[in-house]
Amino acid sequence: MRLFRTLGLAATLAAAFLGLTGAAASAQEKPGQGPLKIEITQGVIEPIPFAMPSFIAENGAAQDYAGQITRVISADLTGTGLFREIPASAYISRVTSFDAPVQYSDWKAINAQALVTGAVTVQGNQIVVKFRLYDVFSGQPLGQGLQFAGSTGTWRRMAHKVADAVYSRVTGEGGYFDSRVVFVSESGPRSDRKKRLAIMDYDGANLQYLTPANTIVLAPRFSPDGRRVLYTSYASGEPRIYVMNLATGQSQVLDDQQGTMTFAPRFSPDGNTVVFSLERGGNTDLYALNLNSGQRTQLTNTPSIDTGPSYSPDGRQIVFESDRSGTQQVYIMPATGGPATRISFGAGRYSTPVWSPRGDLIAFTKQNEGRFHIGVMRTDGSDERLLTASYLDEGPTWAPNGRVLMFTRETAGENGAPSVYSVDISGRNLKKVPTPGDASDPSWGPLLP
Amino acid sequence: MKRQITTALLLVAALGLAACNNPDRYKNGMGPGGANGMNGMNGANGISSAALGDVNNPHSVAFFNQRVGDTVHFNEDQSTLTPEAQQILAAQAQWLKENSDFGIIVEGHADERGTREYNLALGARRASAVQEFLNAHGIPAARMKTISYGKERPIALCAEERCYAQNRRAVTVLSNGGNS
Repeated sequence: MRLFRTLGLAATLAAAFLGLTGAAASAQEKPGQGPLKIEITQGVIEPIPFAMPSFIAENGAAQDYAGQITRVISADLTGTGLFREIPASAYISRVTSFDAPVQYSDWKAINAQALVTGAVTVQGNQIVVKFRLYDVFSGQPLGQGLQFAGSTGTWRRMAHKVADAVYSRVTGEGGYFDSRVVFVSESGPRSDRKKRLAIMDYDGANLQYLTPANTIVLAPRFSPDGRRVLYTSYASGEPRIYVMNLATGQSQVLDDQQGTMTFAPRFSPDGNTVVFSLERGGNTDLYALNLNSGQRTQLTNTPSIDTGPSYSPDGRQIVFESDRSGTQQVYIMPATGGPATRISFGAGRYSTPVWSPRGDLIAFTKQNEGRFHIGVMRTDGSDERLLTASYLDEGPTWAPNGRVLMFTRETAGENGAPSVYSVDISGRNLKKVPTPGDASDPSWGPLLP
Repeated sequence: MKRQITTALLLVAALGLAACNNPDRYKNGMGPGGANGMNGMNGANGISSAALGDVNNPHSVAFFNQRVGDTVHFNEDQSTLTPEAQQILAAQAQWLKENSDFGIIVEGHADERGTREYNLALGARRASAVQEFLNAHGIPAARMKTISYGKERPIALCAEERCYAQNRRAVTVLSNGGNS
């Protein structure tokens, strides 16, 4: 924060980046200006031009890694839609040594506002990646240089860490590139889909399957520490919630009562409790299970469908959907149960609410007039913004920094298929997340340590 | 096309027979159009395709599925039984009373025009509505199980109301041996 107040580059970027909350903050500061105008269409944001010469290979073994790492950092930054890379063909200066002084005027001349330099060393299976970030127009480094060391197998993570540091210094926000997504990998005809749990880096790399394809699995959800995954599976014949330990790959059933179906699980922020839906005799209520004590608490008791629960970041409240009013709407109640307050009042049906990790917004699915939308609203239901529209969009999940959402988009008809998409909370930068096949139900994990 | 679907359903129903310990008849990929899956089966579930029987035999599974009707449909986002559904279910109840060797698994399904988890709950509501109706018409609860597939197993795939309407269904799947 200190950096972005004092440095010209960061201030510009932060203003460009903030979009929703920036505008909201200024509206709050000037109450005379009236309510925040909701803008669904893509605003015009000029991406920040930056230069990033290919990282220097400081020895022969580092040659291939240096080029690949540079490309991953570039893809991370430009993929946000907030940065534009100046092609190397435009460069005036050559960067031949990581420690050589930067010729700011050469970078200024090609209109680079930021410059990233880096170097890679590989010894055996150990790799060291270091980088520096410069604010070209103020003519000084933006933060300290940083160095990451580890095994060569983690080179992509190191690239993501560099990109996270650059993104974070320039925007004043936390990063999200060094993170993973657990999702459902799908194949086969629509009437008989094969569904497997899978995990990948946020950009689709390093895919691994977590379950075999011989049963239906649905809606995985990361634990806050990224080490466990909750999901719903028909493995026993009846839909049940399981919790998988990612280190061992072992799953165990969460709650196994005859004649019930359990689904829609989510961890509490401390990882000690799971809130979920339990159906009995056709009626679905919310329950919380303390994983340490095994104590199960019923949170709602209505003849309606209560599902899609998600904790507030402080763990004190739960947002969920219920059709107690006749159609699906979003409600908030204390995490211990009790009176629920409806917060969605627009046209259509609201579902799958998810509380932002920053605490400020709730993302949801909205169905209205035959279309599905991903949207965000404040926690009191105000300032609803629809970010997407399609035949079928559903199930948003937050990036660790609360600035980007992933969700499932499914196309229509016999050959219809689901894909994972991402979109900024400003509604900009809608794009498909690369997956090897069809994919649904993403859950975005935490920023890795 | 209609005939193909019917055939596939019958095949599935036959497969479902063998899986009485496991309400998920789609397990191991035995869904509609799952003939290949059947060829790939190792027989661990003891599949018996003869169990369908002759559709003209009023005690056969085929008779139940086709003549009595194993499927009822629902209006959008509803689990209320329509008069037509009640008529079919009354006939199912009658048949089940006369053929007390069979247990049933009632499957609830939803169309794709809803979110995944809500549709699971909606499918459960539909299955439960059928179960309650049959129970009220003399079928002991011990003979029945329910399972919801939400929107995971559509049988009609077009993006039109006529397909959505087919998918909003509850299917009564017979299983051998009463209390499965």
